[in-house]
Amino acid sequence: MIEEVGTTEQGDLVINVGPQHPSTHGVLHLVITLNGETIKKVEPHLGYIHRSIEKMCESLSYRQFIYVTSRMDYLSSHINNHGCALCVEKGMQIEVPARAKVIRVLMDELTRLASHQLWWGAMAMDVGALTPFFHAFRERETINDIMEETCGARLTMNYMVPGGVMADIHPNFQKRVKEFLQFFRTKIDEYDELVTGNIIFCSRMKGIGYLSPESAVSYGCTGPTARGSGISCDIRKLYPYEVYGELQFDEVTVAEGDCFARYMVRMQEMRQSLSIIEQLIDNIPEGEFQAKTKAVLKLPKGEFYSRVETARGEFGVYIISEGATTPYRIKFRSPGFSNLSALDHMARGHKIGDLVAIMGTLDLVIPDIDR
Amino acid sequence: MFLKKYISEVFGAVRSLLKGMRLTGYYFTHHKEIITQQYPDNKEEMRLPDRFRGEVVMLHDEKNEHACTGCTACELACPNGTIKIITKFDITPEGKKKKALDTFIYHLELCTMCNLCIEACPTDAIKMAQNFEHSVYDRSKLTKKLNKPGSKIREGVE
Amino acid sequence: MLSIENITHSIDVWLNRTFSPTVAVLLESLIVGLCVIGLFALLGLVLVLMERKVSAYMQIRLGPNRVGPGGSLQTVADTLKLAMKEGLTPDGADKFLFNLAPFLVIVVAMMILAPVAFAKGTQIWDINIGVLYITAISSLSVIGILMAGWASNNKYSLLGAMRSGAQIVSYELSAGISVISIVVLTGSLRISDIIASQQDGWWLFKGHVPAVISFIIFIIAVTAETNRAPFDLAEAESELTAGFHTEYSGMKFALFFLAEYVNIFIVCAIAATLYLGGWMPLHIGHWAGFNGVMDYIPSSLWFIGKTFFLIFMIMWFRWTFPRLRIDQLLNLEWKYLLPLSMVNLLLTALIAIERWHF
Repeated sequence: MIEEVGTTEQGDLVINVGPQHPSTHGVLHLVITLNGETIKKVEPHLGYIHRSIEKMCESLSYRQFIYVTSRMDYLSSHINNHGCALCVEKGMQIEVPARAKVIRVLMDELTRLASHQLWWGAMAMDVGALTPFFHAFRERETINDIMEETCGARLTMNYMVPGGVMADIHPNFQKRVKEFLQFFRTKIDEYDELVTGNIIFCSRMKGIGYLSPESAVSYGCTGPTARGSGISCDIRKLYPYEVYGELQFDEVTVAEGDCFARYMVRMQEMRQSLSIIEQLIDNIPEGEFQAKTKAVLKLPKGEFYSRVETARGEFGVYIISEGATTPYRIKFRSPGFSNLSALDHMARGHKIGDLVAIMGTLDLVIPDIDR
Repeated sequence: MFLKKYISEVFGAVRSLLKGMRLTGYYFTHHKEIITQQYPDNKEEMRLPDRFRGEVVMLHDEKNEHACTGCTACELACPNGTIKIITKFDITPEGKKKKALDTFIYHLELCTMCNLCIEACPTDAIKMAQNFEHSVYDRSKLTKKLNKPGSKIREGVE
Repeated sequence: MLSIENITHSIDVWLNRTFSPTVAVLLESLIVGLCVIGLFALLGLVLVLMERKVSAYMQIRLGPNRVGPGGSLQTVADTLKLAMKEGLTPDGADKFLFNLAPFLVIVVAMMILAPVAFAKGTQIWDINIGVLYITAISSLSVIGILMAGWASNNKYSLLGAMRSGAQIVSYELSAGISVISIVVLTGSLRISDIIASQQDGWWLFKGHVPAVISFIIFIIAVTAETNRAPFDLAEAESELTAGFHTEYSGMKFALFFLAEYVNIFIVCAIAATLYLGGWMPLHIGHWAGFNGVMDYIPSSLWFIGKTFFLIFMIMWFRWTFPRLRIDQLLNLEWKYLLPLSMVNLLLTALIAIERWHF
């Protein structure tokens, strides 16, 4: 264990970064061992926001437990809810109407955009540029307004229900999304102008926090973190769910494995999400938005697993059912936890400023890690 | 050759910096791009979408009648125990006993606005209101009684 | 014509007539001291508000707009809030040094103000080694920062102070050498002589390439020296929470905050004096008509305008750029700026010796 005095026997400086620290974006606690400015070890300490969501879910019915998952990765709450709904549908063998499928995918991609926008702002703030944060929030607010109109909330929407979506899309939805697409196409170029091309930003990012493809796999990294190391791991491509199999989009992988590669993966994913939304927004099929389901859902005895691609990586829901109205056990596989575990590996030998940059590119959401 | 590459690198770097400064300079001089809403001042014209979930309310018509049968579907649907329904037995004109709503207790402090109670309600007696300014000085004020005093169930709602 | 020069002169005459010369000098020192403190308070209020407004507009926000008309009294309210707060001293801190550090920083900032010419004939002390005095005193501020970082007994503060030490010591070289370029061209260390040498055009616009290069280097170096973004490693909010002043609160924090802004003002004033002619109106060669028109604008306005333009530039940098890393920061200085400024100085010296300048 680390001693309270603050230095180890070798005379290294031990610093607690967090749980209250501007760059940890939440209550993450990192114990870092320093030699001067150089990092020798990073030890993440978890548990500050543990709410035992998995245990809570065991006492909730299959309709009720979905809303809790919005509180895990609150930036991709739609996608978390989606994963849970998929798992329940798998167990109950509910056929989701085509309209609901498209609406779900649209919402997922809007959520992914909103999440990446927030990440972009926070990432720039981590490396010291404060203005991008506000520019990113301008676009994010537009998405939030669209969500608010259709889903009724801005952050924890609880819009996905087993069998479809809770309500049909708002009459304004298509018009507003198209406006947003046009608006964001111009603004994403501003993003590149303000941050991506900036020489200071590039020199802060390039060659920092190298994660080899082998270690990305062995740490279980998923999402943009692994794709920045050249690993192809997009669930939307590998195990297509809903209508993703029929869509034209590229899985973004960049081979360099450094912070800039992870940054570029997310920037290009935003463009991919835009193209997915463009493909779907005019092609929402008519029909029901929700399948007819029984009032009380009872999953048959057995084990069910489903996975979705959140903005941070692979999100898995594993339900063990004993045939009752509540699950016997639920396990969530959250992307943030595995991605965080690679932090020590990436940060060793770099400076404190780099640690912040690396954490920024991991796009950590602490409630997602801690649950 | 080396020098040429070096100088072009330096110029590229300076250009990238100037590009960013051009963008911030543009926003500095174009005040119409400002998106800030002056919240408490724009209360009059501020409109929240109809579906916005602010709090659960019970609908009453002008005769002070609601549609709640006291079936407790919402109470069962609620994941947090936000709703508590107390029922009583009314005597119908035919002299039969009939279950009816006595008190609809709503704990706003426990509510997560998940909309499951509204979905569960068979008679559309409750709905989400757009009020979002919930702060009070005393926590007990957040526990609300949704059916108005003296209200009764509308004719024909089963 | 009513000008600051006349006012100060008549006060001086009246004091000397009424009191003995010794008492008069003492009284004048007192008045000057009060003026400097007043100027400090005013600068703090104005510059903090300016920074908040500039940043707000760049970030598509409105900025403070509630206290006073257009938010103009916001900083007054903030100062009052800070004055009310308890000035905590941490238990493990070195109490004497911890409390001394903010005063040291502010005193250094006050001392640099002495040779700055605010308007025609308005200078606290026209010392004949003015530029040297400024360079010498400005190196002292790092001691205050180191003192604060060390005495706080906080690891973030210590790291911030050490970074600041490395940074200021390095960038002082470039700043000093760029200043010397102008001294070489002018042939004098006295501030009033330097301003007078720009009678027929400011050094930046006279067409001397070394002067332009040294101006750019000077601006970069002083941005670093005042710990402003993109060189704000000593504070590095996202890395070290608040760097060397993490443990400070209340008025002691306010003094650091004030010193930061006063330092910006001072370095911009010096840059304006050396390269943009100080209070000297925009003159082009010997176009008497044009120069005469420009002279109608009071010299103090010229000085303030130039200084605030440079302050705005530095604020613009801050709200656009990301922060450098500590090794990149030192690389930039030792590998790029220092060799460049040395070559530049050589060039300047050549020009001066060959008398190519005008």
